[in-house]
Amino acid sequence: MAEYVWLIIAIPLAGFLINGLMGLSSESYRRQKSVIGWLATVAVFVPFLISLQIFLSMNAGSEATVVRLFTWIEAGDFTSEIAYRVDQLSILMALVVTGVGALIHLYSMGYMKNDEGYWKFFTYLNLFIFAMLNLVMANNLLLLFLGWEGVGVCSYLLIGFWYGDIKKSAAANKAFIYNRVGDFAFLIAMFLVFRTVGSLDFDVIFSNLDLFQGDLAFWVAVLMFIGATGKSAQIPLFVWLPDAMAGPTPVSALIHAATMVTSGIYLITRFSGLYMTSPEAMLLVAVIGGLTAIVAATIALTQHDIKKVLAYSTVSQLGFMFLALGSGGFVAAMFHVVTHAFFKACLFLGSGSVIHAMHHVEHELEHEGKDVHFDPQDMRNMGGLKEYMPSTYKTFLISTFAIAGIPFLSGFFSKDEILAYLFNAGLGEFGAIYFALWGLAVVTAFLTAFYMFRLTLTTFHGTFKLPTKFKGAENAAKYLHESPASMTIPLWVLAILAIFGGFMGVPEFFVSTFTGSESNVNWLYNWLSGVTTRAAIILPLGVKWILVAFAILVAVAATIIAYKKYDNDKGEETDAAIKQRFGGLYTTWEDKYKFDEAYEASIIRPGFKLSDRVLAVFDIKVVDGFVNAIGSIVQFFGSLLRFVQTGVIHTYAIAFVLGVILIIGLLIF
Amino acid sequence: METFFFVFVATFAIGTALAMVLSKNTVNSALFLIMHMLSVSGFYLTLNAQFLAVIQILVYAGAIMVLFLFVIMVLNMDEDEQIVTRVNFKQIFALVITLVVFAQLLYIAGDYSGILPDLSQQEMIAVGTVEAIGDELFTTFLLPFEATAILLTAAVVGAMLLAQKNVNVEDEEE
Amino acid sequence: MIGLEWYLGVSALLFVIGVLGVLTRKNAIVVFMCVELMLSAVNISLVAFSSYMGDVHGMILVFFVLCVAAAEACVGLAIVIAIYRNNITADISKINLLRW
Repeated sequence: MAEYVWLIIAIPLAGFLINGLMGLSSESYRRQKSVIGWLATVAVFVPFLISLQIFLSMNAGSEATVVRLFTWIEAGDFTSEIAYRVDQLSILMALVVTGVGALIHLYSMGYMKNDEGYWKFFTYLNLFIFAMLNLVMANNLLLLFLGWEGVGVCSYLLIGFWYGDIKKSAAANKAFIYNRVGDFAFLIAMFLVFRTVGSLDFDVIFSNLDLFQGDLAFWVAVLMFIGATGKSAQIPLFVWLPDAMAGPTPVSALIHAATMVTSGIYLITRFSGLYMTSPEAMLLVAVIGGLTAIVAATIALTQHDIKKVLAYSTVSQLGFMFLALGSGGFVAAMFHVVTHAFFKACLFLGSGSVIHAMHHVEHELEHEGKDVHFDPQDMRNMGGLKEYMPSTYKTFLISTFAIAGIPFLSGFFSKDEILAYLFNAGLGEFGAIYFALWGLAVVTAFLTAFYMFRLTLTTFHGTFKLPTKFKGAENAAKYLHESPASMTIPLWVLAILAIFGGFMGVPEFFVSTFTGSESNVNWLYNWLSGVTTRAAIILPLGVKWILVAFAILVAVAATIIAYKKYDNDKGEETDAAIKQRFGGLYTTWEDKYKFDEAYEASIIRPGFKLSDRVLAVFDIKVVDGFVNAIGSIVQFFGSLLRFVQTGVIHTYAIAFVLGVILIIGLLIF
Repeated sequence: METFFFVFVATFAIGTALAMVLSKNTVNSALFLIMHMLSVSGFYLTLNAQFLAVIQILVYAGAIMVLFLFVIMVLNMDEDEQIVTRVNFKQIFALVITLVVFAQLLYIAGDYSGILPDLSQQEMIAVGTVEAIGDELFTTFLLPFEATAILLTAAVVGAMLLAQKNVNVEDEEE
Repeated sequence: MIGLEWYLGVSALLFVIGVLGVLTRKNAIVVFMCVELMLSAVNISLVAFSSYMGDVHGMILVFFVLCVAAAEACVGLAIVIAIYRNNITADISKINLLRW
């Protein structure tokens, strides 16, 4: 069954090619919107079914199957093949990518219905799925890097989808360039790996992990991690993700919530064996993850744009995942990847539904003749939408509960496991730092619940605020309506997964405490135990229960406080009160810690100056000068040689005779 | 007897050649060349090339040189005052390289030993007869023969075209 | 019997005289006649070889050389006439329009 893995990769590629080439060449094809949309969705759904088949044919103890297609590069000692690895980790990621991807394709059919570039959107989406599948199923670092770069390119294309607006193009550029900085570090890590082991093949690397000792392990791990910070938006390279919200909402859902940003975590999990040999690297990963989590959470508290709140929430949750990786909980990180994909995609798609409705309101008001312009993404213009958009509201609420960590929803199980691993690492090497990180994580969990409920309550509860804020929009509320089925069905599917998805990773002590014996109820841990290592849990049972109780307490407290403060249109006064209470800190959060400004001043502006003063001069004077010099030399010699043509016949005759002498001379001698 | 004849013809050839080159009057040069052609024909006879000897006189001395004379007459050539007005570098250089060529040719001419087959007089005569030449010419070399005919036609037509008066200019100015 | 080398020597001498004439004389017609001299020198050499080797192909070649010399003289003299008509001179050192 696993031999069909190449189909999983090939079908999205075929979808990309068909939609792309037909769309490029024929005007009439571009109008067949349902053909394009269904073709693209099927091109992702079929791979999902195939992955499901392969998944069902495997079990936790299956050996990894490697399917080699053909040799890609062969240069001296270096060989790289197109080979795909089917093992528990990669098939899990493939399921998430194709499953959530198919749902988002379905959603996009409704969301992008009135867009001119409909065909382009689906072409790019299929290309993205192709690249992402290459990333997660590759069997060597080079093919993985191909997918890595490919998703970066697709991210650029999709963020800058509405390229007519210069700000959106700039956001796309920003995403791509910050990614490239991370990729540079990743490349150096690849070089180091090749130098140590002699190949980039996973099989070779994993059987030779003992060659990575001490410093080498640290540097390879750290460099790969820097690459991951670029893709997965951690400090210092996270600033592109909020700007990436300039792209259409399905893009934000697919790329910047569920799949591309998780590729960094996938990479580190894949190399878990390497990371376990370098505790310093793991500490660095955890520290950066923790800092990112709290920084992003505080910023999210101050934002008014729905998508920006969700973007910073994503950054924060990714920080959580890196916290898990840094404390040895690789399985926990993957668990959070899967659950986060469910509820975050649902949240983004829900926000897309809301934005769609607000756009519609603006459109209809314009038809009426009223000139009302407002930001359809600003929370302060919304409120009370739960009467008009029940499905969206319910799924949004479910996902918010999930992300807050309310018990028995999916977010609870994954977040709790991360906190447990952090506390556990606090008992080991570098204990004090890990305890501090645990504290930060708890605060972040509180803040997560708090700002997510702030978002939900402001948007859906209370009264619709647009009429009070804008003249002419008095009865705008009558234009609000629920989104079509193509958009609400994916929302419900994801919401259900957000509710029940957590049960794949129920910690075993939950059950074993009551049954008194070992139980294998933590399916995910068993599933991934063959492909990742994990740190040993040395917490006693009582401590584990106390941690669980503490996490529940934090989540519920945050929910209740948020409810009290933000329900019934108290949102704006609460925001003002918080601003007053935290004063200077609040301004820092609102300014996003001035990361962008710092980069601008320290790197971007000097870079411009350098290229303007030095490199441009070099280009004009040296390079162009060299080329012009060659031309002048030829001209010079030409001007000398033209004197051979004297026009006098005698000269030519003399030349003849000289030639004859030469030839006879050559013949004689 | 043969040697005497050869020496006589050789002197005559070289003498007329020199005279042709050094003569100031153009018509004289042409006439000296005609005499040179006759002496070359004499060479051919000592070499038993009967056919070519006659052809030489008929074509070269008879047709080509007459053409030369006609052109000289048409163009009304003046005499050159001095062939060598002053001894300049070009003349000396020409003389030098000419001597070099001569030296080279003599070197080759003296260097050939051992390639000549032993032939009797009868066989040598047989080579130069009309039958022998005609035999080869019309079988193996038929194509070049025909091509040469076309070449001569083309040359004549071309010469007529090149040498005609410029009639087109006057006609178009009506 | 006269040896072959005597004929070759005479041929070489005549050829060289022709070369000298081409390089030295200014009158176009005389230069042409020197070219004809060179051609006939070569003819002598060819016939000599043909006769002493017993091979008729040399004579055939001479035959063709004769024809080609005739054609060449024809066309060359036509060109001289054309030049003379335009420039009223047959002095080749004065005809140098195709210079740099």
